[in-house]
Amino acid sequence: MAQFLFEADLHGLLKLDTPIPNAPPARWQRKAKESGPGPSPVGVSPMKPANRSYSSSKTPSKTPGKSGSKIQSTPTKAGGDRYIPNRSAMQMEMANFLLTKENDPAEESPTKKEQQKAWAVNLNGFDVEEAKILRLSGKPQNAPEGYQNNLKVLYSQKMTPGSSRKNSRYIPSMPDRILDAPEIRNDYYLNLIDWSSQNFLAVALDNSVYLWNHASGEIIQLLQMEHPDVYISSVSWIKEGNYLAVGTSSAEVQLWDIQQQKRLRNMTSHCARVGTLSWNSYILSSGARTGHIHHHDVRVAEHHVATLAGHTQEVCGLKWSLDGRYLASGGNDNLVNVWPCTQGGGGDFAPVQTFTQHQGAVKAVAWCPWQMNVLATGGGTSDRHIRIWNVCSGACLSTVDAHSQVCSILWSTNYKEFVSGHGFAQNQLVLWKYPTMTKVAELQGHTARILNLTMSPDGTTVASAAADETLRLWRCFEMDPIKKKEKEKANSAKSSIIHQSIR
Amino acid sequence: QLGREHQGITLRGSAELVAEFFSYGINSILYQRGIYPPETFTRVQKYGLTLLVTTDPELANYLNNVTEQMKEWLYKCIVQRLVVVISSIDSSEVLERWQFDIECDKTAKDDNGPREKSQKAIQDEIRSVIRQITATVTFLPLLESACAFDLLIYTDKDLAVPEKWEESGPQFITNSEEVRLRSFTTTIHKVNTTVAYKKDSVP
Repeated sequence: MAQFLFEADLHGLLKLDTPIPNAPPARWQRKAKESGPGPSPVGVSPMKPANRSYSSSKTPSKTPGKSGSKIQSTPTKAGGDRYIPNRSAMQMEMANFLLTKENDPAEESPTKKEQQKAWAVNLNGFDVEEAKILRLSGKPQNAPEGYQNNLKVLYSQKMTPGSSRKNSRYIPSMPDRILDAPEIRNDYYLNLIDWSSQNFLAVALDNSVYLWNHASGEIIQLLQMEHPDVYISSVSWIKEGNYLAVGTSSAEVQLWDIQQQKRLRNMTSHCARVGTLSWNSYILSSGARTGHIHHHDVRVAEHHVATLAGHTQEVCGLKWSLDGRYLASGGNDNLVNVWPCTQGGGGDFAPVQTFTQHQGAVKAVAWCPWQMNVLATGGGTSDRHIRIWNVCSGACLSTVDAHSQVCSILWSTNYKEFVSGHGFAQNQLVLWKYPTMTKVAELQGHTARILNLTMSPDGTTVASAAADETLRLWRCFEMDPIKKKEKEKANSAKSSIIHQSIR
Repeated sequence: QLGREHQGITLRGSAELVAEFFSYGINSILYQRGIYPPETFTRVQKYGLTLLVTTDPELANYLNNVTEQMKEWLYKCIVQRLVVVISSIDSSEVLERWQFDIECDKTAKDDNGPREKSQKAIQDEIRSVIRQITATVTFLPLLESACAFDLLIYTDKDLAVPEKWEESGPQFITNSEEVRLRSFTTTIHKVNTTVAYKKDSVP
């Protein structure tokens, strides 16, 4: 934030409206000194209009002791003169009209009256005979001078100079690879990329899904929708990486086998497009445009095992926690719901937490891998904040203003950091240190807003898909070779996963 | 408050609901459009949302006066419109105009039985409108210069102007673009919301 204060200071300096610090005092100032500190500066110094921030509300005000303030407005700015310093409270047009209005002419013919009435209604927007407009005088003081509309800061964001802080590791500012993603749908609410544990990156381009093998660089077209108007709205890999769940705009949730490149199941239970999917071992959760979330047990024929109704608008963010205890969902209704994995007493699913603080759609939802019950959420254009929550207590642990639409958040498994993807104006990825919430790095390169982020299975690379029809792979969490060896030793101690076969 | 749920909507209750909506709605507009610094706002829970209201005592007092007056006028069904005018301080040009049209069912008087509409349904409708107001920041043009706001109330012609209020013109925007937002109704009062903004002059 410091650079914005700096910018404000710079503007203040360049405006040249503060008095010259070392000049000899003007005549009126000398007079003021002579006449003593009694009368307020407003009365005695006619060249200065009233400090707008303090006296515009009440006429004529004394501003006791305010003359010491640093901020003083110039004479010429307010459009006033030395007799009437502040004209903003007057209505010049109204006054002029009333003064110059002729006395009412003789009775006009009824048709003329009708015509006049019609004109009056058109011009005023209402019938002058029927209503009048009132305005409460005594308007409260305006924002203090030097206050810059914070939206201006948002829209005029410039590239900030590189931080002088020394990063403990080198993060390359250029992506490792750039892949072409033609026809990718520029829709904030969809989730079109996912990276499997078998190192396949699935990308949904309009009505087809392509798999890119990171190791070999090979590209396979897995599927294409039969109907031309139907498009893919979400993709999600099962943990083992052999099955891919696909959500479509025709409200279907399909399950595809990668080895055989065959569709195993087509589960229909929603009535609107399925924008988001999340796996919890054999349970697949899907969020739809209606705001409903369905749980599907993919092993059984009657797949639709539960419905969670907690959103009134499209569900765009959905994530099961890593231990499978909670499901976090974010919607276009600005709500974040945290659902338990089992039903409550009444047989209905009710959220254990609902967070309403976001002022925009919540698509970015991510669970912290090293701290239990910590959830990060990011808001859309109207909100632009990233919030960290403890879902047990419901407390918001920290908030940071990211100044840009947040589309996705990913926690790193290698470092105590998380990365967020953004839109206008810089379309950048930002790496944040947790829990200090300081920026570690900003990765720029996309020329249009980022839509989705996904992480490689080894946790070193982040892939970002953006509206500029490219996928960029950023090697931002590269492990130190020494630390890597330690981690590998720790991992090999764990037992291998038993692959479940899914019907 | 609990009793209200069962009682249905009375004229007095409806006036209070609508006046309350205006209070929170105006606060939201002032926060979202950046008329006042965001640090001077605090969060409160209302309508199942987190809303921002001002902590500035003078401004809060000013808005309170308006809300109280509105309550009275809504009860008497003599107010037709509430307008929030946002104009540039330097040029006095009107840049944005939020218009809340009020349609009042004049047949409703307190002695009639209360109307059937659940508080929850009204709350949901109000929530949608306030969320829409928040979302307008995505398309409304940026307010470049420092701005001030004005509140105009359109009342019946024969109303006696109370102290502190003065007559005013409509303060329209020249060359404006209008967007209509959702409306809500308590069955006694119906509020339609529109926002008009200055069309960017093509260079």
